Amino acid sequence: MSAFEMTVTSAPQTDDAADTISSRWLRLWRPLLGLALPLALAGSWELAVHMGWSNGRLVPPPSVIGANLWELARSGELWTHTQATLLRVVLGFGLGVAAGTLLGAIAGYSALTRTLVDPTLQALRAIPSIAWVPLFILWLGIFEASKITLIAVGVFFPVYLGVMGAILSVDRKIVEVGRAFRLSGPALIRRILLPAVLPAYVVSLRSGLGLGWMFVVAAEFMGASEGLGYLLIDGQQLGKPAQIVAAIIIFAVLGKTTDWLLTSGTAPFLRWEDRFQPRAET
Amino acid sequence: MLSVANVSKTYPNNVRALEGVSFDVAPGEIVAIVGGSGCGKSTLLRAISGLDRPTRGIVHLDDEIIAAPHEKIGIIFQEPRLLPWLTVADNVGFGLAHLSASERKERVARALDRVGLTDKADVWPRELSGGQAQRVAIARALVPQPEVLLLDEPFSALDAFTRVDLQDHLLDLWADTRPTLILVTHDVEEAIVLADRIIVMRPRPGRLFEEIEDDLPRPRDRQSAAFDHVKRRVLAALDRSLGRNISVDDRQAKAEQGAAMWW
Repeated sequence: MSAFEMTVTSAPQTDDAADTISSRWLRLWRPLLGLALPLALAGSWELAVHMGWSNGRLVPPPSVIGANLWELARSGELWTHTQATLLRVVLGFGLGVAAGTLLGAIAGYSALTRTLVDPTLQALRAIPSIAWVPLFILWLGIFEASKITLIAVGVFFPVYLGVMGAILSVDRKIVEVGRAFRLSGPALIRRILLPAVLPAYVVSLRSGLGLGWMFVVAAEFMGASEGLGYLLIDGQQLGKPAQIVAAIIIFAVLGKTTDWLLTSGTAPFLRWEDRFQPRAET
Repeated sequence: MLSVANVSKTYPNNVRALEGVSFDVAPGEIVAIVGGSGCGKSTLLRAISGLDRPTRGIVHLDDEIIAAPHEKIGIIFQEPRLLPWLTVADNVGFGLAHLSASERKERVARALDRVGLTDKADVWPRELSGGQAQRVAIARALVPQPEVLLLDEPFSALDAFTRVDLQDHLLDLWADTRPTLILVTHDVEEAIVLADRIIVMRPRPGRLFEEIEDDLPRPRDRQSAAFDHVKRRVLAALDRSLGRNISVDDRQAKAEQGAAMWW
């Protein structure tokens, strides 16, 4: 932007219009710049296979992956698998967030609960979550319950830690303002603590969501008849690398989309933040 | 009438911050509390505000014992402590949640007008300068119309020009409803410009040392000889409170150079 500012100051009248047009153009198209790198890579790989420099059997070119995706979409399989996976993530994420928020808030607010509960939870957190899989299968069976529980466990810890840490790091001086205005306990939570922890909470939700997508694959590896994880296993067993890459691409799209929904959904509540905003270069 | 009766405060680590402090403040009076660091002046202010409870002794406002923050007592801290997620107007109206929206809006608008920040009503606190933010904090404390307003070194973080501006501004606002003001400060000139009475405290443990009446006619001229005279009395009392044996005459030369900010 700095280049524009310089020209604006040297010739204000003529460049005013140009500045608004250019900046609008940039705002609309800038996000698409992020597509340049993957498209370039895909294009060169397609070219490499096309020119016969590689047979593309183990790493299929974009056209083959595209055809595979199209085939999956046409037969309705794509929708079935995506829906199954998405449902598991949504349920597991919801459960994990609810439990993590509740326990994190209580542990952050009450020192006694923290001393009682936190050491145990930290010990549980040290267990690689995949280690629970055999136990969950024994307890909950091989169907949805054990999968959703595993995802919920993965989501729980970052949310719990994030909420507890955020509450513990709320500025004492701000809380004192609430006390000076005689806020009751619930009012103090609603008017001071909640808004103060919101930025950190959003960050912990995002990392929880990321882990949710990670664990859904682990959950689906442990035996599923549908879902994107099943597509991966199926592609491996039947030697269909295009199907594996297709599933991976869908994971990328879904993960990015849900993360975007989360950030853009919470952005209106965080407009007040006084944070470092590196200026975009033109 | 606000009365502080035999207030002592001992912290859990056995530091005796205050020892048997007693004084009364008449309604509408402006009292400044000065003293060397560690003399317990902020502890005293927090005890009066009800944010902390004294170990012994009682703070009364009229017939009520102050044991917790009270609606008739407002406080302004050294930092503005604005809530960053509320706009300037919502910050000013923070203590008015019990009023109807229309009345709240009207009182906030009036308060913002009085501190000259009407045009900043809808901006976030991050966009304010230090002086503007402290003016918002003053408006926030005054808008519930407290009978007693406590100020804990309210202007110490501001530059000299802004500080003088805000001191005058504070007196102007005080004249509207004439609340009791109790001001803790490091700045002797600030104490003399604002106060009717200056209380000098001595440290370890914090006790009252001396009271100096300040009956200079208002508005007070910082350059006048009478002002200088009061200033020398306060500085001499401070020296004695810290057990330094510097004569007032000795201090005179220093007072002229740099004693405006007395640490």
